[in-house]
Amino acid sequence: MVKVFERPKALADVPTHYCPGCTHGIIHRLIAEVIDELGIVDKTIGVAPVGCAVLAYNYFTCDMQQAAHGRAPAVATGIKRVCPDSAVFTYQGDGDLASIGCAEIVHAAARSEQITTIFVNNGIYGMTGGQMAPTTLPGDKTTTSPYGRDTSKQGFPIRISEMLATLDGPAYIARVSVHNVANIVRARKAIKKAFEYQLAGKGFTLVEILSTCPTNWGITPIEALNKVKSEMLPYFPLGEIKDIEAGEKK
Amino acid sequence: MGERILMKGNEAIGEAAIKAGCRFFFGYPITPQNELPEYMSRRMPQVDGTFVQAESEIAAINMVYGAAGAGARAMTSSSSPGISLKQEGISYIAGAELPAVIVNIVRGGPGLGGIQPGQGDYFQSVKGGGHGDYRLIVLAPANLQEAVDLVTEAFDLADYYRNPVLILGDGLLGQMMEPVEFKATKLRELPAKEWATNGLRNHGGKTNIINSLVLDPHGLEEHNIRLQEKYARIVEAEQKAEIVDCDDAELAIVAYGSTARIAKTAVTQLRQEGLKVGLIRPISLWPFPVKDFEKVIPTVKSFLTVEMSAGQMVEDVRLTVNGCKPVYFYGRMGGIVPAPEEIAAQVREILGGAK
Amino acid sequence: MILDVIMAGFGGQGVMLMGQLLTYAGMVDNKQVSWMPAYGPEMRGGTANCTVIVSDAPVGSPVVSEPKAVIAMNLPSLDKFEPLVKPGGVLIYNSSLIHRAPTRTDVRLIAIPANEIAAELGNTRVANMVMLGALLAATEAVSTSAVEAALKKALPAHRQDLLPLNLEAIARGRELVK
Repeated sequence: MVKVFERPKALADVPTHYCPGCTHGIIHRLIAEVIDELGIVDKTIGVAPVGCAVLAYNYFTCDMQQAAHGRAPAVATGIKRVCPDSAVFTYQGDGDLASIGCAEIVHAAARSEQITTIFVNNGIYGMTGGQMAPTTLPGDKTTTSPYGRDTSKQGFPIRISEMLATLDGPAYIARVSVHNVANIVRARKAIKKAFEYQLAGKGFTLVEILSTCPTNWGITPIEALNKVKSEMLPYFPLGEIKDIEAGEKK
Repeated sequence: MGERILMKGNEAIGEAAIKAGCRFFFGYPITPQNELPEYMSRRMPQVDGTFVQAESEIAAINMVYGAAGAGARAMTSSSSPGISLKQEGISYIAGAELPAVIVNIVRGGPGLGGIQPGQGDYFQSVKGGGHGDYRLIVLAPANLQEAVDLVTEAFDLADYYRNPVLILGDGLLGQMMEPVEFKATKLRELPAKEWATNGLRNHGGKTNIINSLVLDPHGLEEHNIRLQEKYARIVEAEQKAEIVDCDDAELAIVAYGSTARIAKTAVTQLRQEGLKVGLIRPISLWPFPVKDFEKVIPTVKSFLTVEMSAGQMVEDVRLTVNGCKPVYFYGRMGGIVPAPEEIAAQVREILGGAK
Repeated sequence: MILDVIMAGFGGQGVMLMGQLLTYAGMVDNKQVSWMPAYGPEMRGGTANCTVIVSDAPVGSPVVSEPKAVIAMNLPSLDKFEPLVKPGGVLIYNSSLIHRAPTRTDVRLIAIPANEIAAELGNTRVANMVMLGALLAATEAVSTSAVEAALKKALPAHRQDLLPLNLEAIARGRELVK
């Protein structure tokens, strides 16, 4: 019998703590598949800071460092400088990367650190219980924007990928989504490209992945996937935003 | 004997780190330690090392966390306000049990304070600074040769105990020049860093995890108990102090770092006047050199702690002396360096009053 | 203790370098030495001073409240440090730029027209070396050969041709004290 589907070797055979319907599991799997496909599990070091993915060190079989909130790009800088022949990735949520860790991600990108950042954007603080994130959509209700995000008082969502793409440092920046199969396939390609660019020493790479949080959004997993499509995509357009091999994208 | 080289304190510390095998330095500008990152930015490329000017002190300490976790000898430096910013990262480094060396060239505080020398960061250094039950090994050099020697030892201590080590200097030590000699010394046998996250291929295929998160309270308590056991070993083995002229002393001045060398001048002056005065100079501030005090407590009649602070180390002196003898305090703040004459005057007053 | 000296002037007068040379020379002579700068936020144009100690015993305090010698390169430095000189000590002041006489009567006063002499030598930048020469003559803190070694060390490779000029400036300063 031919085995057509199995757990990637870079993914540990353990149950995760993620909520039912959450897309972290899909994203973990995509990263693990790419690590397997590139054959780099023995030279990959992952960094997972505070957030829902803080326990990611239990789920990947490569070496892992847990990091302080927002500081993963700095930690990854330290690792990569010590191990320049390794593949180093950070796995960061939107609160972590776009709020408390804004300085670290901007400067890691500006220095063109040879790392890959997986930026999971679901527009909310998941682990702490559904507070407003820098990427929370205008009008969205969270536990700290109970009347809906009022842009006159709480500002506007940050489009991190577009912002970072203005820098000269990054080699590759893409925004993808995992709300349906076609997009999951595209997300996988983007993650692979980012790792390949890193391994080729092309520079800093980041893949922003639009993700769901059915628990804190207070809707079903199906509704959550639909929300990504109908509400997040218009605000956070998908595509390769920067690719030094292809030149600037629109 | 090797060559004596005239160097600025900040630069001597940097060179000592390089001689100790440190090849990763992450810094951020702040006076009065700027010569250290500047020196490292010049020297690191010459030794195939890495210098990164981080975007903040916070980023710098987290780069140290990453580099140390990957198994390298890594270092950062700053001065008081910048060290405050690093506290989160220092707590993580201590919690994850990573070896690292941190240099604090202390200035007067609180807040932005000033840029002149101070010792107001003693509490922060030895009592925590960051969150949680952790300890740093804290070493306080009083001259540049000792700074060089202690930086060398700091890297060994850090690796040996898997614990961050803080070199507590001040603006005076950072800015002054003295001759130093870099001695090639092998201090202790160090275990291989089999725990380093440098890729499975480098450690036999087993997944290594650097982590300070333990959600299970029992697991976290166990982790803490293990840390405390390590700290107890350090307290037992690593106390360090210099005792000067205490054999017949009626009064012992207690001072560390720059203040201690100034106090030493005062002791010399007072001895010339016939006053029986000695000096206890803690070199390891944590662990506090209780054993050295125990040698002196039975014979000395009183203690005078002198600090460039409102009185921080004096609390540990009082804990150590434990009411057996009076403990006096004299401090200057704001970046004022006490003169030997001021210290001598305090001693005369105490001894005069005691007669 | 052989010598503790405060050297002061305005930025650009080579005060720090003068101090470092003396410190280095002391080290060459196998003495215990320290150099301590007064540091502040200003990068240029302010006043600068440093304290140098040359000693037989390990240096205790690198800062000194009553120095045996003071070199004042300009008036603000004289105003600030004249009162500090230890009684019986020496106060060397740059009479090219300081047009008031010191008031102390309990210290040795030495007026050195450092800028004029430096100009005679063709380079006003060596005024500091003239002052250093006067200090060396007045205190005999370090040997001449040690100062020469220090100068060689201090001058970058492409500036070694300035060595004779600097040595001459030191010699001129010395002569004025004899």
